[in-house]
Amino acid sequence: MSVSPAVPSTHASRPQRGWYKRNEIAITPWLFLLPAMIFFAVYVIIPIGQSFWISLHEWDGLGEKTWVGTANYERLLGWGDANVDRKFSVSFWNNLKWLVLYLLAIPAGLFIALFLNQTVTGIRFYKSMFFFPFVISQVVVGLVFSWFYLPREGLLNAILGFFGAGPINVLGDPTLATYGIIAAGLWPQTAYCMILYLTGLNAVDPEQVEAARLDGAKGHKMLWYVILPQLKPATFIAFVVTIIGALRSFDLISVMTNGGPFGSTRVLSFYMFEESLSEFGFRMGYGAAIAVVLFFIMLGFITYFLYAMYQDEKGAH
Amino acid sequence: MHSILKTSLAALVAAGITASSAAADAHGLSGELNIISDMSNPAPRAVMEGLAADFDALHPNLEVNLTIVDREAWKTQIRNALGANPPDVVNWYAANRMRPYVDAGLFADISDLWAEPEFEALASTKGAMTLDGAQWGVPYTYYQWGVYYRKDIFDQYGLSEPTNWEEEMANCQTLLDNGVKCYTIGTKFLWTAGGWFDYINSRTNGYDFHMALARGEVEWTDDRVRQTFANWRQLIDMGAFIDDHQTYSWQEALPFMVNGEAAAYLMGNFAVAAMRDGGLTDDQLDFYQFPMINPDVDYAEDAPTDTFHIPAGAQNMDAAKEFLRYVTSADVQTAINGGDALGQLPVNANASIDADKFLEQGFDMLSNNAGGGIMQFFDRDFDAEMASVGMEGLQEFMVFPDNLDDILMRLEETRQRIYN
Repeated sequence: MSVSPAVPSTHASRPQRGWYKRNEIAITPWLFLLPAMIFFAVYVIIPIGQSFWISLHEWDGLGEKTWVGTANYERLLGWGDANVDRKFSVSFWNNLKWLVLYLLAIPAGLFIALFLNQTVTGIRFYKSMFFFPFVISQVVVGLVFSWFYLPREGLLNAILGFFGAGPINVLGDPTLATYGIIAAGLWPQTAYCMILYLTGLNAVDPEQVEAARLDGAKGHKMLWYVILPQLKPATFIAFVVTIIGALRSFDLISVMTNGGPFGSTRVLSFYMFEESLSEFGFRMGYGAAIAVVLFFIMLGFITYFLYAMYQDEKGAH
Repeated sequence: MHSILKTSLAALVAAGITASSAAADAHGLSGELNIISDMSNPAPRAVMEGLAADFDALHPNLEVNLTIVDREAWKTQIRNALGANPPDVVNWYAANRMRPYVDAGLFADISDLWAEPEFEALASTKGAMTLDGAQWGVPYTYYQWGVYYRKDIFDQYGLSEPTNWEEEMANCQTLLDNGVKCYTIGTKFLWTAGGWFDYINSRTNGYDFHMALARGEVEWTDDRVRQTFANWRQLIDMGAFIDDHQTYSWQEALPFMVNGEAAAYLMGNFAVAAMRDGGLTDDQLDFYQFPMINPDVDYAEDAPTDTFHIPAGAQNMDAAKEFLRYVTSADVQTAINGGDALGQLPVNANASIDADKFLEQGFDMLSNNAGGGIMQFFDRDFDAEMASVGMEGLQEFMVFPDNLDDILMRLEETRQRIYN
């Protein structure tokens, strides 16, 4: 049994709260963010800094680093009296080809999504078939396409032969090989864009479509003026994912040609791997310099994406 | 199958070493011996597991821990393995292939082992294990390279094994006239082209010139190097090699030979197992030494050596050295290189060769007809970076021989950067 005091308490009615309690609202979000921020710093920010640092050295990845200043960049980019590293320019132009041609996945994905957005019996089956390449690992896609392209037994040459066209060795021809790999990469990427667009199409406002129809819009006018503007968020994501995907293309090249024939299918990320980490790669500094160049190219796109998102946010307010 | 192989091997090895093991026991090794091995294919894996188990049984106070890593993956993992928390014994390769680790101080100098009288028997590979005047590892197996050919096809067109370049060209022309390619090859992973260069260059200019080129002492634009490529080009121009070889791995190029579309394959002895698996019998399959080109130079042969090394940071140096003595002893080398195990050649001169037609021929060739010298292979004799740029150039040359000037210029540029 409690005994109540005879005199009323002179203390403040509520006890003094702890520091955390007082700042809870401000701090809690940061606490939740902290693990992610630590990981981001340790596995992304600091390694980027280290790459910069290593790129200024000559280093075999084992012994002592030797400071060489910008010598790696001079050789790579042909500053001063050096010529541009030929492997680098091949990789750079291939990266550009990837970038441009990979964007074809967006219209292709949209087209397939529109086609699959019908209410026809059995469309679910077709949908799942089109989903398929996205589910398969890139390595498997690469293998399947290398068999498809095989110079003698490949399906491609069987088809060409049927039309009387001569046999071609896509992956053995330095002028064709990169396009062959990009075509293989477009397959799953198109499926990915299609998924994005199918989701976007679900969110298209039926009332606007109805209103446009009353106004007499149909066919491509309906698509261009009514549907596409509403698909803008999906297009943006498809664009981001495709650009990033094109810049980091690696696995397909590794599986299908291993950078060959004669290094004609190298891209920057593959060249970086070759120089620093592969069987004969003992030039960490040079590899790091390539990584830094690739990083700046990516940074250009990332800045643009962030800017676009920021504008979008501002517009929404 | 796997376990049968393993146990029979274990029995063989155990029977072989009981006699010599009494002395080894006296050392009283204790503690742990950590081994990382890249012998990951089924047969080599069984061999390695047998070796570790038997060595463990020999030394009651020693605990042998074996980790087996995928062979291809090991080529990139070895750097980390040697750097942080190194094991006591690792697998690697001879010659220049071990230079990065020797230079970085990651392999232990084991010259004292090589100074022991038992190591006299390994003298043939001492050169390949020597860098900077010291030895850095021990060999456990090697295998010959040479031309494996379809004897039945040769018989059909009345051909015999060529011994010089004229016979070689004449043979090839006959085959081509009958719609059979002379050689199959798959250059997708580049190194197969390196084998052709090794042979044509050493037959044209000799072993010493080849090794000088490997050490970066000769310009790639040298006329003698051009002569090598000119000789090679004779074969390319007549269409001796299968088409589209840049698309195939060496295994993918095998069916051409198995189906009789190509008559021969310049390869290492490890290809024999694959050819037999492909359905070729020993009556159909035979072997000849790469023919002479320049009569003034002696035969030099590719015979890559696979090796064990002790990392500089090994924790149990005594046990590691004892293990190297063990794997180089004649009995163990006989057992692990037998046809039911690795199916290759033992390095120890006192070991015996398994009764296999190709092993016997190869051993005879390397012992009696390789007066020029033994090469390790393009990617092991040349500096790592030179090898990778070089092999890419060789592949390009085989497809577009007209690009030769450009290729040689590129190689020379690389040579000057690396060796200066």
